[in-house]
Amino acid sequence: MTPPSSTPAPSNGLAFLLKNRLYHTLSEVGDAFRLLAETIFQIFRPPLQFDLLMKQLLFVGFNSLSVVLVSGFFTGMVLGVQGYVQLKPYAVEGSVAQFVSVSVVKELGPMITAFVLSGRIGASITAELSTMKVTEQIDALEVMGTNPVKYLVVPRFLACSFMLPTLTIFSTFAGIFGGYVAVVTLFGFNGDFYILQVQQHLFIGSVFISLIKATSFGMAIAAVGCYKGFSISSAGGAEGVGTATTGSAVISLITILVLDFFLNHILFNLLGLS
Amino acid sequence: MISIRNVRKSFDEKQVLNGIDLEVPLGETLVILGRSGCGKSVLLKIIAGLLSIDGGEVWVDGTEITKLKRKQMNQIRRKIGMLFQSAALFDSMSVAENIAFMLDQHTDLSQQEMRKVVDEKLKLVDLDGVQELRPAQLSGGMRKRVGLARALAFNPEIILYDEPTTGLDPVTCNEINELIRDLNKKLQVTSVVVTHDMHSAFSVGTLMVMLHEGKKLAYGTPESMINEDNPILQQFILFGAPDQILNIDEPTLRKYIGRSTE
Repeated sequence: MTPPSSTPAPSNGLAFLLKNRLYHTLSEVGDAFRLLAETIFQIFRPPLQFDLLMKQLLFVGFNSLSVVLVSGFFTGMVLGVQGYVQLKPYAVEGSVAQFVSVSVVKELGPMITAFVLSGRIGASITAELSTMKVTEQIDALEVMGTNPVKYLVVPRFLACSFMLPTLTIFSTFAGIFGGYVAVVTLFGFNGDFYILQVQQHLFIGSVFISLIKATSFGMAIAAVGCYKGFSISSAGGAEGVGTATTGSAVISLITILVLDFFLNHILFNLLGLS
Repeated sequence: MISIRNVRKSFDEKQVLNGIDLEVPLGETLVILGRSGCGKSVLLKIIAGLLSIDGGEVWVDGTEITKLKRKQMNQIRRKIGMLFQSAALFDSMSVAENIAFMLDQHTDLSQQEMRKVVDEKLKLVDLDGVQELRPAQLSGGMRKRVGLARALAFNPEIILYDEPTTGLDPVTCNEINELIRDLNKKLQVTSVVVTHDMHSAFSVGTLMVMLHEGKKLAYGTPESMINEDNPILQQFILFGAPDQILNIDEPTLRKYIGRSTE
């Protein structure tokens, strides 16, 4: 007996599902880039509301400082311990400070800061904006002649783009200090030698790369957070807010990892920075 | 004041509005009736410029709004105040900041002048002493009143109400209906009200339209709607709330109730 024509064969059904999923994903990526373009356009359209920007700078920066410092410090400690233990068999444990500082400055400083902020700030942005969407507050802004992108997205985007590199500097110093505390207290490493090594291997180029990466991660976190908040359906309700918030945190993390790979490739291999 | 011509709107495959024509003359209050999902709120959001349309024209105060750019649309929106179903007050702001929001965004008024407007608008909706409260501290009825005060802040010529009495107790519903009627009289504004509440519809409406399956089923004054020989409309009015309708002192309504019980 032949199946009804409306029921696709299993292989066709899978192909149809994949095609649908791909179409949906590409359409979402397109919408996210449209929002990003509109945000960048609105940044340069006066007036910039400094009170809103200041509020977001405080929220993103000051309120995240302690978490970032603690995360950076313990990451540095782990690196210090692991570095020392791994290098000792080859009798090069003296390079542990170089290992810690280069890893923290070029990679883990911006990465750990971005991870902390994607969970803390990105998810919070999505939760706030999606709740505003569900409760028609974004429609209310529109009706009152205020552009929601300018009013809600621009301050968050600028705050994340500015605060992520700022927090990365703190996280990096906390990491280097964590490594210092770990190797000096646990293994009796010479503290002055550690500091000297850090000074010798901390290049301005590396700091520059770190800040470029951090700024890009900040933009990505804000863009994903805002897009996920805006893209929820008005009828989504509490479940929709929850789904959007989880989705925002996951997509932010993946975006950070993908961006990190491409930025490493562009900055180190193509531009030859070190 | 508002003219809707052959408006069509669909979401994905579903046709929500299918060639709607409507006129709301200056100073009138049009009530949009219809079953859930028939496109009442969609129509209201189209008038407010919140939703685009697939075809047709929407004229507000002599301007066709569907093809306007955001900047031009914002000029039209200054003539429109909207009360949302959930009041849509900004959670992060106080009542006073909510009401003064549009003034703060679009005028150079001083804090003192804005404060004066806030007090005046709160008085219009019979509220006082709530300026510093947060929306979360207000009851449902108070939220609607604050939402209405915010909609009135820029002295609009048109007020759109999206289910103004939904979720409120009967006494508060009645108070909100009286408030809408009084405001329309006092301010001489043109209003469009979306509601399921038949008591509310007959209390505030000077014109009514019934939407059904994306089309206009009936349009006219409340009296003409009652006498309209259409089973869907009659069912809607009767099942709406016959007890409430009985309380309205309108001979035509009484006649209608009498006819329906024959």
